Amino acid sequence: MAVLNEEQSMLRDAAKSWVQEKSPVTAFRKMRDSGVELGYDAAAWNEQAEMGWAGVIIPEDFGGSNFGYLSMGLILEEMGRTLTASPLLASGLAAASALILGGNDAQKGEYLPKIADGSLVATLAVDEGAHHAPEKVALEAKKGGAGYVLNGKKTFVLEGPAAGLFVVSARTSGKPGDKDGISLFLVPADAKGVTKQNLKLADSRGASNVSFDNVEVSADALLGAEGKGWDVLEATLDRARAGVSAEMLGAAVQAFETTLDYLKVRVQFGQVIGSFQALQHRAAKMFTDLELARSAVEAALAAIDAGSPDVPELVSLAKAKMGDVFHLVSNEMVQMHGGIGMTDAHDAGFYMKRARAAEAAYGSQSYHRDRYAKIQGY
Amino acid sequence: MADFGGGDLDAFRTEVRGWVEANFPAGLKGKPNPMMREERSNPSPDQEAWRKAVGEKGWGTPTWPAEYGGGGLSSAEGRVIQQEFQRAGAYNPIGGMGVMMFGPTLLEYGTDAQKKEHIPPICRGDLQWCQGFSEPGAGSDLASLQCKAEDKGDHYLVNGQKIWTSGAQYADWCFCLVRTDTSKKHEGISFVLFTMHQPGVEVRPIPLIAGNSPFCETFLTDARAEKKDLVGPLNGGWTIAKRLLQHERSGLSGAGGGGYAGGRTLPKLAKDYVGVDEQGRLADTDLRTRIILNEIDGRAFQQTAIRAMMEAKGNSGPSAATSIMKNAGTRWMQDKAELTLEIMGHQGLGWEGDTFTGEELGAVRSWLGGKATTIYGGSQEVQNNIISKRILGLPDLTQNN
Repeated sequence: MAVLNEEQSMLRDAAKSWVQEKSPVTAFRKMRDSGVELGYDAAAWNEQAEMGWAGVIIPEDFGGSNFGYLSMGLILEEMGRTLTASPLLASGLAAASALILGGNDAQKGEYLPKIADGSLVATLAVDEGAHHAPEKVALEAKKGGAGYVLNGKKTFVLEGPAAGLFVVSARTSGKPGDKDGISLFLVPADAKGVTKQNLKLADSRGASNVSFDNVEVSADALLGAEGKGWDVLEATLDRARAGVSAEMLGAAVQAFETTLDYLKVRVQFGQVIGSFQALQHRAAKMFTDLELARSAVEAALAAIDAGSPDVPELVSLAKAKMGDVFHLVSNEMVQMHGGIGMTDAHDAGFYMKRARAAEAAYGSQSYHRDRYAKIQGY
Repeated sequence: MADFGGGDLDAFRTEVRGWVEANFPAGLKGKPNPMMREERSNPSPDQEAWRKAVGEKGWGTPTWPAEYGGGGLSSAEGRVIQQEFQRAGAYNPIGGMGVMMFGPTLLEYGTDAQKKEHIPPICRGDLQWCQGFSEPGAGSDLASLQCKAEDKGDHYLVNGQKIWTSGAQYADWCFCLVRTDTSKKHEGISFVLFTMHQPGVEVRPIPLIAGNSPFCETFLTDARAEKKDLVGPLNGGWTIAKRLLQHERSGLSGAGGGGYAGGRTLPKLAKDYVGVDEQGRLADTDLRTRIILNEIDGRAFQQTAIRAMMEAKGNSGPSAATSIMKNAGTRWMQDKAELTLEIMGHQGLGWEGDTFTGEELGAVRSWLGGKATTIYGGSQEVQNNIISKRILGLPDLTQNN
């Protein structure tokens, strides 16, 4: 656990107690069973927003508290423990970051206060295929109408069902794969020509494929300079990646602790199975890996707050390491629970499903390992 | 806080810098520490002069109390000395097991008389110590040791065999675990000190797979340990041994076994040996992935070391992260040594001869020597037992408390 200042400690404690009291895994199960299309519990989201969580990284002038990314990470970590489904990451962190980094005062003034108070869910619409590949933008934006006309598709848009605003990466010049020629647009979900296809995913969280058919937006919808969206997009994605890594850290730690508790009570061959060295050493290995992953995640969040030039490599390091560790721990959770871990009645499956979805979000381990090496020049 | 610099520290830095300029022999600049090499039994006049100069100042053990020959300085001042030595291309000539393990332990558990006798020669680098812990039948299960000490009035008579005694062939003194009560396991062990320069002590270096002999067998036949050199209470040696092993482990995580690449990182080494594709990526994609995994693990290990240090200083209390350092560090370094060899291909498997560079010959020895890091100082399995039991609270079925 990072060394925290007073406001961070208070925030973490508040998040911990709210999550444990109001949003245990049973709440996630209830949401899943209800089949609610949003992919989260709207009442719980309102409570999160009332506590100011959606405004943690947003400047005070725009309705936030400007506590920073490590603070946001602490909340996401606590929410991750119980798999709390929430648009906090997609909206309060990812989309808010795009506006903070790339928006002009009018854009910030219009959207950030609504994101901060939770009344608007905004999200990034970036990928166009099954894998994260932010530079492979084909969705086209042509000058026309009052500004631009958008045509194309976006896939696996997190919190798409709830989204009222999309931050869309579009191509204004060049070809898919070019970093030049990418422009970012703020597109209201109710704009004419926007169609959501809400997805049912294994982790029961909200996501959509979104098509844009001759969607007209005004020139004011352009976020940053035309054709120069890549830098803002990449910096935004790095913040989202660090955020999802924090959520994964919380979920992985809880998956491990739940498994550890089981090792201490499950009796076979006349003794608790936690007395078997074959399991003890796997537990010790997981603990070791979790400690390493925690260091990587906290270092990435702290680097963002410090404005460090190392953010891209530290974030890829964190996402790659955290992904591997959550992958391992979630598999071991099912395996060490044995048959009960295979049942839908047990939580183990939830953690394993969430692990894979979070691993894929904003770039898998292999994406980030490759990126880490490229940044280092090999 | 003095820890973070400020005027006093700047003045101290100026003092250290001036002193190093006046005392560090120019011929030693950038040279390796002879403590780490076989040549230490036959030091040059320059090496001796530098050892004596640093030893007299107490700056080789800067944070140890001045009354026992240490520097009596704060850890911030200690870091300044380290930085200034580094800046001047100077090594710290005061080292070895006396500094790393025995000294800190004696400072904690020894009597004033014991400290007055044994600490100053360590600070001066006059006497080297070795560790008589492991025995042929007591490795990971150290507390099953049998080496016996009999009470002979003013002294103990020690009989038995120790093994893996690092640097025993160079050592002047031994800190040793002996059995003083055969009816109990842990509570029958005492911690004694004796000189290696006596007839009852015979040392045989053990040739290892890496071709060197850093460890010895030590045979004790009616060796004499004075009563005044019993550290802690009779039969109370196990507590002291555990504390000493903590000092050892904190010094060992990440030590050794890291491949020998002349300061080149794995990616750089791989570029040189394997080449790159048209986009500048390593040509062997399978190797590249494994190098990345190792680089990430190394970085996360360093981040954890920093985090553990910050947590120890900060508001979070003792850090659980410390318990994982030995296994995480040694795993990373052994993996790195394996990758170094693989990157070098057949060139990394040379044993002797002009066909191979010094770097290549070093790599194969470092790879082999590094295998010891997950065995000594508490094997990887013992570390996992410790994590399971003390951190995770899983039941302990071994007879080890």
